[in-house]
Amino acid sequence: MDIRNLLAGPTDEERAAIDDLLGPPESGWEGGNFTGLDGHVAYGGHAARERRNLLLPALHAVQDAVGSVSKGALGYISERLTVPPAEAYGVSTFYALISTGSRAQTLIHVCDDIVCARYGADELKRSLELELGQPGAIDPGMSWTPSPCLGQCDRAPAALIHTAGAGYRNVAPAEAAVLTRLDFEELPTGLIHQGREELRLLRRIGDVDPESLDSYRASGGYSGLAKAIDMGRDGLIAALDESGLRGRGGAAFPIGIKWRGVADAEDDAKYVIANGDESEPGTFKDRILMEGDPFAVIEAMTIAGFATGATKGFAYVRGEYPVAERRLVHAIDEARNAGLLGTDVAGAGFGFDIEVRRGAGAYICGEETALFASIEGERGEPRQKPPFPTEKGVFGKPTSVNNIETLVAVLAVLEMGAAEFAAIGTERSTGPKLFCISGDVARPGLYEVPFGTTLRQLMTLAGGVRESAGVGAILVGGAAGSFVDAGNLDMELTFEGAAAAQTGLGSGAVIVFDDTTDFGPVLRRIAQFFRDESCGQCVPCRIGTVRQEESLARLAADSPLGGFAEERQRLDDLALVMTDASICGLGQTAASAVQSAFRLSLRGTAR
Amino acid sequence: MEDTDLIVMWGSNAREAHPIFFHHVLKAINKGARMFAVDPRRTSSAAWADVWLGIDVGSDIALSNTLAWEIIKSDLYHEHFVAHATSSFDEYAESVEHWTLQRGQEVTGVPAEAIKQLAHEYATAPTAQLCWTLGITEHHNATDNVLALINLALLCGHVGRYGSGVVPIRGQNNVQGGGDMGALPNRLPGFQLVADPDLRGKFEKTWEATIPHRPGKHISLMHEAMDEGELRALYVIGENPLQSEADAQQMERRLTGLDFMVVQDLFLTATAEIADVVLPAAGWGEVEGTFTSSERRVQRVRRAIDPPGEARDDLELMSMVARAMGHDWPTPTAEEAWDELRSLSPMHGGMTYERLDQSGGLQWPCPTEDHPGTLFLHGRLWEGETGPKAPFSVVDWVPPVDPLSEEFPLRLTTGRRLDSYNTGVQSGRYPSPRRIHGVLDLSPEDAEALGVHEGEVVRVVSRRGNLEAPIRLDRSLRPGLAFMAVHFPDDTDVNQLTIDAWDPKSGTAEFKATAVRIETLVST
Repeated sequence: MDIRNLLAGPTDEERAAIDDLLGPPESGWEGGNFTGLDGHVAYGGHAARERRNLLLPALHAVQDAVGSVSKGALGYISERLTVPPAEAYGVSTFYALISTGSRAQTLIHVCDDIVCARYGADELKRSLELELGQPGAIDPGMSWTPSPCLGQCDRAPAALIHTAGAGYRNVAPAEAAVLTRLDFEELPTGLIHQGREELRLLRRIGDVDPESLDSYRASGGYSGLAKAIDMGRDGLIAALDESGLRGRGGAAFPIGIKWRGVADAEDDAKYVIANGDESEPGTFKDRILMEGDPFAVIEAMTIAGFATGATKGFAYVRGEYPVAERRLVHAIDEARNAGLLGTDVAGAGFGFDIEVRRGAGAYICGEETALFASIEGERGEPRQKPPFPTEKGVFGKPTSVNNIETLVAVLAVLEMGAAEFAAIGTERSTGPKLFCISGDVARPGLYEVPFGTTLRQLMTLAGGVRESAGVGAILVGGAAGSFVDAGNLDMELTFEGAAAAQTGLGSGAVIVFDDTTDFGPVLRRIAQFFRDESCGQCVPCRIGTVRQEESLARLAADSPLGGFAEERQRLDDLALVMTDASICGLGQTAASAVQSAFRLSLRGTAR
Repeated sequence: MEDTDLIVMWGSNAREAHPIFFHHVLKAINKGARMFAVDPRRTSSAAWADVWLGIDVGSDIALSNTLAWEIIKSDLYHEHFVAHATSSFDEYAESVEHWTLQRGQEVTGVPAEAIKQLAHEYATAPTAQLCWTLGITEHHNATDNVLALINLALLCGHVGRYGSGVVPIRGQNNVQGGGDMGALPNRLPGFQLVADPDLRGKFEKTWEATIPHRPGKHISLMHEAMDEGELRALYVIGENPLQSEADAQQMERRLTGLDFMVVQDLFLTATAEIADVVLPAAGWGEVEGTFTSSERRVQRVRRAIDPPGEARDDLELMSMVARAMGHDWPTPTAEEAWDELRSLSPMHGGMTYERLDQSGGLQWPCPTEDHPGTLFLHGRLWEGETGPKAPFSVVDWVPPVDPLSEEFPLRLTTGRRLDSYNTGVQSGRYPSPRRIHGVLDLSPEDAEALGVHEGEVVRVVSRRGNLEAPIRLDRSLRPGLAFMAVHFPDDTDVNQLTIDAWDPKSGTAEFKATAVRIETLVST
């Protein structure tokens, strides 16, 4: 290990936070005191490097305790995990939520993304600037910083507050005075607007105590696992095939094929991962599921473990979702105490356990291979596929990564039966589906509808466009999605229907803009989002996202480089290069919303 | 190397001294190979090891014999291989009988538990590579050190198989080639013995000259011959002995006492500056020829640019010297010289330039033009007819020649750093952001006990000389152990301190074990 120790050591507080996670150092070489034998022997190598995956948890531990990660703390973490400090620094600076410089005791992250920007984020930022100064101003007590989407779009504007020693808290809708007084209650989980008897995915939310296993079981919880065990691995996977269930994270991959791929892989270790790194602007469905029905996530992961033969699961939860993380950790503890996780799950003769990993502010980590890198303690940079995760996933082992909604839908399949599940929706898009509606509608929130519902019906459920205005455009699929206009309101919300309308359902985000909207600022915010969130690994995306934003800025200033047509051509060229040549979906979709807006000649795009 | 299961790096900081080789080690490690490091310092190589055994300087044989004791006692040695392919096992086993784990710990300082772990893992690994460099060979008993390691490989059958072997890592791209070409006192090209009249005759016939039947002198014997006035003239090719040899003051007296000295080098080295004649040589991008790497692979080197100024390639320079001496030598092309070698050295016989070009390199022995070259040596030991058995060698541990005492309580060892090369002739003229100039590395504990701090200039005194150097604190050192790099003879000439006690079998001096004390300088 090419460790060049940083001169500063950790403070006692930092050391304690790290030792609390990693255990006390076993020798001087690990940062403890040197004793006689240390001069003649040292242990490390593979055993030490295997703990590399604790790098991000260690960074969190320090930041949670003291608010930021100093060089001394970074050096000590490097020593403990035998990670070169330069690499540890590279990882720590990769994540937006990790502060490597000095930082205020309390830091307020203010969402100014697409939806919040239309619902008070600007006023909020102005107030905070008056009270606390510029973003990131060095004040030992409190400061603030703008943030991408915090997943609270149904109650904009949103804020996330981190106080050293007191953890993260969400506030939405946020007011400056409330934020700076640190005077707020924990948020309720979210809003449901749908007849309760028709709910399959959301039926427990608000009804069942998310912190009680008994309450979960009383509502039918863990009957899915029992059924799955009865059916056996092959029967279960066959049922999933029959249900037609496809992944809800954006890629729409059939879950039966994915699970069978891992089940059939022969290896000494396999993993299942619940992808709760929900970061697509306009998306908040997985947060509501994790906060309101954490046992369902745990149960479904356990079923995935049974089906695939994986004995270890990771629930990767977005760092901006503190309540979801806390409830999942609690649910795992309860399930373990009840024998529903551990070496012999439910007495059925298979072992499975789950570890929660917290993200740290990186949209890209929702991409499955970037998520692997993040768990492994690397920068969250996507990897080339193939090999596919079912073959080489996290730690190079066969891995099934599933979106939270997909996992909960597995329970619905088991509860209803595959045939009944498949009868909902269309032939290629089966079952119920969650949509996150936000923006200019009367009742923003999370909606569960059968696949095949039209956009117009969904809009009607949400009360239509606010203040009786007309539809300007609807962004389907979040920042990585595409705009459709009023002419497409009758499109069916299915995978194939969305494709026919030149968009995709993506994460299920539906952001509505009324007909007074100037889309110029919206597109620039989307472009800024991709510029900020590009991991920087591959050139088309690293350069392309910057050039795209610059081009939009010139258009907004009415000073196109070489004329409007040339600027349009430049945007088209960038879009082609990013779409064709980027390693992962981020770069491949970074131009899609912008391109669709120009295609529809939305207000603010044409000259 | 890349496919082995276990790697022992013994007296080798390859991470810094052999960085290219170490990349292959890292590939093996990344594929799961275990690694043990045996080194007094916990170097940047040792930091990659699963277990680092921090032995006391010069206790290598003690450790090796203890490992053998544990392997034999635990019945983990390769009985079939030992019986089939080796000789003198009984004497060897008897010689290590008193090397218990406890005694091993007492002599080497390494905890018995760690010695036992290495013994068991090395003996039971399906394949294992035992690698060493100057930490083994720069001692007064260098050859015994090497034999002690070879004993271990024989004991466990870790030789002559794919993925198993003994690996002395070469410090230059062509050290192997130098020896192959006969730059050894007792060998002709292809390791053929000078003393053998038939072999000598073969060369004499081709060369149309008489070859002296007595072996020449290795470097340490040359030193003695200079001291005795027997050796009066020296032709130095690509060496900087004024600064690279142990006990530099002694060396300067020797070189200045010569009647005549020629230096042939790329650079005007310190040795060249005191020479009578300097012949400017061409560098690697300016010549045609071959290099031979540590793994015996012969590769072509091609001329990309013309040599600067009056510089000539070595072949031309030597031909010119011969002509100046009255011999009618033409200047052969590199290929003509190579083809002559192929006709005389059987192990190179099949390596035509055409094949070398096509294959990108061939490993000797490669006797005929349809021979594919040889991936690893000693495979015969596993065959039905082994040929000559591989003998175990009884080797006794002897402490370093320069003993620690109350007057000289610190053990100074020497070595290289990543950014610099030997005496700095090749690397010193380029800046490096990683360069640490001439310093004395000390453990934080010793610095505290001596009341000295980082950057403070102190006097380092050995029984032979002294120098001044700033202190650098280095956590890789334990109390009692100090380190200096060899790269800065103009500022901090570590060879003012070292001892030229040398190994009678290899002729190498004990650079690695010097007794020193540190004197603080009174501020004026």
